[in-house]
Amino acid sequence: MNASIPLSDLVSTASPPLNWESGTSRIPFAVYNDPALHARELQRFFYEQHWCYVGLEAEIPNPGDYKRTEIGERSVILVRALDGAIHVVENACAHRGVAFCRARSGNAQAFVCPYHQWNYALDGRLRGVPMRHGVKRDGVAQGGMPVDFNLADHGLTRLKVATRGGVVFASFDHDIEPFEDFLGPDILRYFDRLFDGRRLTILGYNRQRIPGNWKLMQENIKDPYHPGLLHTWFVTFGLWRADNESRLVMDRHHRHAAMISTRGNAGKVSEVSQVSSFKQTMRLHDPRFLDIVPEPWWNGPTAVMTTLFPSVILQQQVNSVSTRQIVPDDHGHFDFVWTHFGFEDDTPEMTERRLRQANLFGPAGFVSADDGEVIEFSQQTFEAKRGHRTVAELGGRDVGNTDHMVTETLIRGMYRYWRAVIER
Amino acid sequence: MSALGFDDWYALTQLYADYASAVDSGDWDLWPEFFTDDCVYRLQPRENFERGLPLATLRFESKGMLKDRVYGIRETLFHDPYYQRHIVGTPVIRKLDGDRIHAEANYAVIRTKLSALSTVFNAGRTLDEIVRTPAGFKFASRLVIYDSEMIPNSIIYPI
Ligand code: FES
Ligand SMILES: [Fe+2]
Repeated sequence: MNASIPLSDLVSTASPPLNWESGTSRIPFAVYNDPALHARELQRFFYEQHWCYVGLEAEIPNPGDYKRTEIGERSVILVRALDGAIHVVENACAHRGVAFCRARSGNAQAFVCPYHQWNYALDGRLRGVPMRHGVKRDGVAQGGMPVDFNLADHGLTRLKVATRGGVVFASFDHDIEPFEDFLGPDILRYFDRLFDGRRLTILGYNRQRIPGNWKLMQENIKDPYHPGLLHTWFVTFGLWRADNESRLVMDRHHRHAAMISTRGNAGKVSEVSQVSSFKQTMRLHDPRFLDIVPEPWWNGPTAVMTTLFPSVILQQQVNSVSTRQIVPDDHGHFDFVWTHFGFEDDTPEMTERRLRQANLFGPAGFVSADDGEVIEFSQQTFEAKRGHRTVAELGGRDVGNTDHMVTETLIRGMYRYWRAVIER
Repeated sequence: MSALGFDDWYALTQLYADYASAVDSGDWDLWPEFFTDDCVYRLQPRENFERGLPLATLRFESKGMLKDRVYGIRETLFHDPYYQRHIVGTPVIRKLDGDRIHAEANYAVIRTKLSALSTVFNAGRTLDEIVRTPAGFKFASRLVIYDSEMIPNSIIYPI
């Protein structure tokens, strides 16, 4: 079940030890540019010991509904079986490996591989193979599978599945800790705030391919230093202020984090942002972009960005809510898949509002398009200037929760965890 | 209208050609002027469109929103500068409905970043509703439905 790569295979291609100058406040470029380290990350973060995001239950509401997605670089299928149970199976035929599921989503009674018609139940069990008992000629069976061929030994790889609040996570590693323990109580609280049991409605998808290492997107959402500086749209229209009431919270491993902020009104924005180009007088031609209506479930915070390591970011930015899935493809690229959703009790006006505020986010978003751009430019340097390192020392060199945003502690925390797992 | 006369057909093809020329010109202020005040503009993945999912990559409901986008492009959206070049097919008229023309056209956009090769950036079709105004034909609705499964990093300029 657990298809782990023997350590010897990794060691044979291992790179020289990384040069961490001090703790994790200076991150070697090699963590972003080394194919051997990337292979190790896939194994240890995506294929072992980590629950990875695969989708929302609302994407597969009916028996037989399925959705194809990825964990790390492996193709998997999220499917609701005919009895209603949710399964995740690898999209790889047990016979000759064909990634047989080509549609992105659909409804099926069974999975049939086109190559030799092996037939699988939706939970991955192999139901039958053609010519198993050979083909009769003149009363004699010719060929066929060996007599000891056992269907039960040749199912699809089945993943362990966890669902909570309508969100589905899966793991190739069946020895993994429970999902709730994986998140830890402090992060689980923010997970449950967003996914509080209400049925979700799918609004749609955005997909972008970003030419940068996958960890840079985790770091981007663990970095409250940049929004008021890079995203001048945020500042111009008063959505982001560095002095907003805010907190940064990590799990005990420092791998996950929640960035929690509440919009305030005190002081002149320009004093806080220190952005000289700031235009206090700028007004939107159409203010509906910022038609923000507080919702009861917020319980205060206007924005909570939760990074679940390694595979997903959960977004609440005022009325816009989405999951952002990270799908690595080699060390220098990843696909970023946005699923915007709403809740079953949304009024039509609230749905419109969520769709309208989605203009701020995504691959063309007023405050998201620029994140992809800077990630690309970082990666360009990581590829070219080997042996150098970044500096992530805002707020000091150590790791800990804070009640302000003026720190890169979440990035240092993530690399503390990274070192514990990758350098062991 | 029961059939489009030559003058209207000429004006319509000019509208499509002008639009392409404008959005490739770098003078972003030209773009909102192709639309009516209460226009609909959507840049939407084909996936969402065909599955009836309402989310769009950009979803604007007025000329004012287009002007706000122009402000964002020019003043707030940090991005790698690029040239874009629209290749737009001849519009096909789907329906004439009073003074409203329903038409669609295929398009491809080629992106050229500085010091880089030209690549196909985005491809799809536009589903359009064009109305006659005192200032000539304008788009009352333009749905830009793109086939491209992956946006190469980001889309900044108008398509
Ligand atoms: S490869 Fe799938 S049935 Fe042969
Ligand atoms: Fe950002």
